[in-house]
Amino acid sequence: MNLSLAGAPHLPPISTVGGVMRQVLYALVPGIVAHVVYFGVGILFQIALAVGFALILEAAMLRLRQRPLKPFLTDCSAVVTAVLFALCMPPLAPWWIALTGMVFAIVVAKHLYGGLGSNLFNPTMVGFAAVIIAFPIELSQWLAPRSLTPGLPGIGETAVAIFTGQLPASVNWDAISQATPLDALKTGVAENRLVTEIRDAPIFGDFGGLGWEWIANFYALGGMYLIWRRVISWHVPVAVIGTTILVSTPMWLLGPDIHPSPLQHVFSGALVLAAFFIATDPVSGCSTMRGRLVFGAGVAILTLAIRRYGGYPDGVAFAVLLMNMGAPMIDRLTRPRTYGHGGGGS
Amino acid sequence: MAEIEIGRHLYRFPGGLKLRHHKQIACRDPLTPAPLPERLWLPLVQHQGPAGECRVQPGDRVVGGQPLTRARSDREVPIHAPTSGVVEDLRDGPVSWPPGGTAPCLVLAPDGEDRFEALDTPDDWAAESPDALIERLRAGGLAGLGGAAFPTAAKLRGGFPPIRALILNGSECEPYISCDEMLMRSRPEAIVEGARILTRATGAEEVVIAIEDQMGEVRKRLNEAIRTVDPDAPIRVVQVTTVYPEGGEKQLIQVLTGLEVPHDGLPQDLGLVCLNVATAAAARDILFDGRPVIERIVTVSGPGIVHPRNLVVRLGTPIADLVAAAGGPTGDLDRLVLGGPMSGLPLASDRIPITKGSNCILALRPEDTARTQPVMPCINCGECIRVCPASLLPQMLYKHLVADDFDAAQALNLFDCIECGCCAHVCPSHIPLVDQYRHGKGVLRERGVEDARAARAKARFEAREERLAEREAERRRKREARERRLKDTGGAKSEVQAAIERARARKDAGDGEDDG
Repeated sequence: MNLSLAGAPHLPPISTVGGVMRQVLYALVPGIVAHVVYFGVGILFQIALAVGFALILEAAMLRLRQRPLKPFLTDCSAVVTAVLFALCMPPLAPWWIALTGMVFAIVVAKHLYGGLGSNLFNPTMVGFAAVIIAFPIELSQWLAPRSLTPGLPGIGETAVAIFTGQLPASVNWDAISQATPLDALKTGVAENRLVTEIRDAPIFGDFGGLGWEWIANFYALGGMYLIWRRVISWHVPVAVIGTTILVSTPMWLLGPDIHPSPLQHVFSGALVLAAFFIATDPVSGCSTMRGRLVFGAGVAILTLAIRRYGGYPDGVAFAVLLMNMGAPMIDRLTRPRTYGHGGGGS
Repeated sequence: MAEIEIGRHLYRFPGGLKLRHHKQIACRDPLTPAPLPERLWLPLVQHQGPAGECRVQPGDRVVGGQPLTRARSDREVPIHAPTSGVVEDLRDGPVSWPPGGTAPCLVLAPDGEDRFEALDTPDDWAAESPDALIERLRAGGLAGLGGAAFPTAAKLRGGFPPIRALILNGSECEPYISCDEMLMRSRPEAIVEGARILTRATGAEEVVIAIEDQMGEVRKRLNEAIRTVDPDAPIRVVQVTTVYPEGGEKQLIQVLTGLEVPHDGLPQDLGLVCLNVATAAAARDILFDGRPVIERIVTVSGPGIVHPRNLVVRLGTPIADLVAAAGGPTGDLDRLVLGGPMSGLPLASDRIPITKGSNCILALRPEDTARTQPVMPCINCGECIRVCPASLLPQMLYKHLVADDFDAAQALNLFDCIECGCCAHVCPSHIPLVDQYRHGKGVLRERGVEDARAARAKARFEAREERLAEREAERRRKREARERRLKDTGGAKSEVQAAIERARARKDAGDGEDDG
């Protein structure tokens, strides 16, 4: 008899890297559908472009690093990076933005640091930071939600816009584009206008931006699914959203004219997406439970600070990257007490 | 220490896993004795500790119950002949530990008559002193029957603080294993009687029998047994929530008392002794029936077994015979495991015999163990941290160990890992974490041995240096004394002067002689 002497446990593990990543992708579907409903099909083009470039670059880097292709292409980690990146892009952003972003995300942030599991920084956010610094104009051209425009570009018009950079003659850019709510807020406050006054603009919804807040709801729904499936723990989302509310509430109560309400903070920009999908990136985040609370709180505080004082309307990307730097130290400082080492009531 | 009511309030331990328990498949049939094999292979060491002194020669006829080895200390545990027959040989045979290894075994050919000779039993065990009881348990070959096979005598007396409570562990938390459940169902009175004996032997004030909440009628049967045997006995049955590894000694103590066994201590430091329910029943058999530990209940189960069941097995029976007694394998087997699927030992051969700690034989087919992906890099997901019952950072330990940074792993309390396997079971990257920890502990232990050796060498060296320094000091003292003496007698100069004059005088005299 030829018996295996492999060590315990003797049952195969209950999950795989690919399985975990696919769960994340499923959880993003509601948010993506909402995105299409409010802002048209552009996001689907962005996703397709980013995923395509990500896989090509991933394969090329694996080949260069002499790693097997199949396990690392099918683990879906590059796809998750690409989809999250695409969700941060304006729907009509030119195709080379996705390429540039993926070069920084996959080649620089991921493989130059040692590939899956070794990256210090969140690849999605590295890619995003690179393109928002390099191409600020292209990344500020957002569409207005469907209800505010005479007609969102269709599939053909979207494709032309993305691949040629030209809007078809039938589409009037001024009619369909809008500043994002966070943009409007930032410039408005800078012009000494009151928050309540700024919020009268039609792009604002009940809490955050019109459309955006519903997309955020669906991201949150997907995030709850991930918590339920134990793909992510509750610590980071609760810390990000909780700290955002905790810090912005007193400021809003003291100065409602210059500070947006806590709920507006939560439902604007990429905060909910980041809380459930980006700050929860395991590789570049904290791994201890208390560390995750600290990490999430840090992301929230830095995001609020950048929104208020920084040069960019939304600060989630930079907040996450800054916290990535601190993650190893936070993990060290939040080590749980081992069984039998003090405490325990004896 | 504050008074604690053990098991009145249940606590939680961190981490752990809810596993499908797969226990019922082996509990459908009643307990049946396994047939006697052609040869019994009896390893001299069936416990944690050194072998006893061998008392038989090849060729000797023995009867069942006859001691084959003798314990010279509490760390040694004697073995007894499981049946009557002839000792054919004393030679190396395959054993479960170390994996793939061999150890000296007595080979016993049963004569088929199965004659048995009981050990001496006391007329009234309750009149015996605790020491005398422990002596009898030791002579009966008692070691922990839960799996670890720790010598019971060494657990019961070792100059510990007074024992307040005895915990009888009936919460076998690993999937598939059901030998303790079968024992508690079929012989609850034996466990209660054993509990009373062990209470006297330890001086404990109360006994808690811990069982799992999914064990059905076991609780009722144990409570009935308590009423039958001694309604006034301070014995209680406590159901704990089935979360692997709540049956681990440290976790069970935490669940029942909220206390943690100190990392450098023992349960006895908390006034607790934890023994398996089967150990209690065996204690009763030794004292009531004069029947030493010569058989045990073994679960033979797993998807690779045709008729999973629990068998009463004479020690020394080769595993192949048990697999056959359970209907044989369903087909090709990939793995035979001693113990459960989470922390059991892989077996190199089905010729390995059942010993005192063998609670379960698990047969797994290739499809049960097949990997669904290659080992991937750690993605730091933290699942291992979430399930670790010892609150370690398994992924950090792993990273230090693959980098050969053993000191860092030790600083992260590697030695507090109980090797339960939870971390490896949830790892999406399929990293064999427990293997890494075992390797790391092995290296550190070896280095500990090396360090001890180096420390001894250093001590020897320092002792020699000291001796040399002393000798040197002695010499210096003598020299100084001499110098002082010279000074006292007029100084070195005059002495030299005198010597020169003596020499000159001799020379003058000599010159004359030569010339002449």
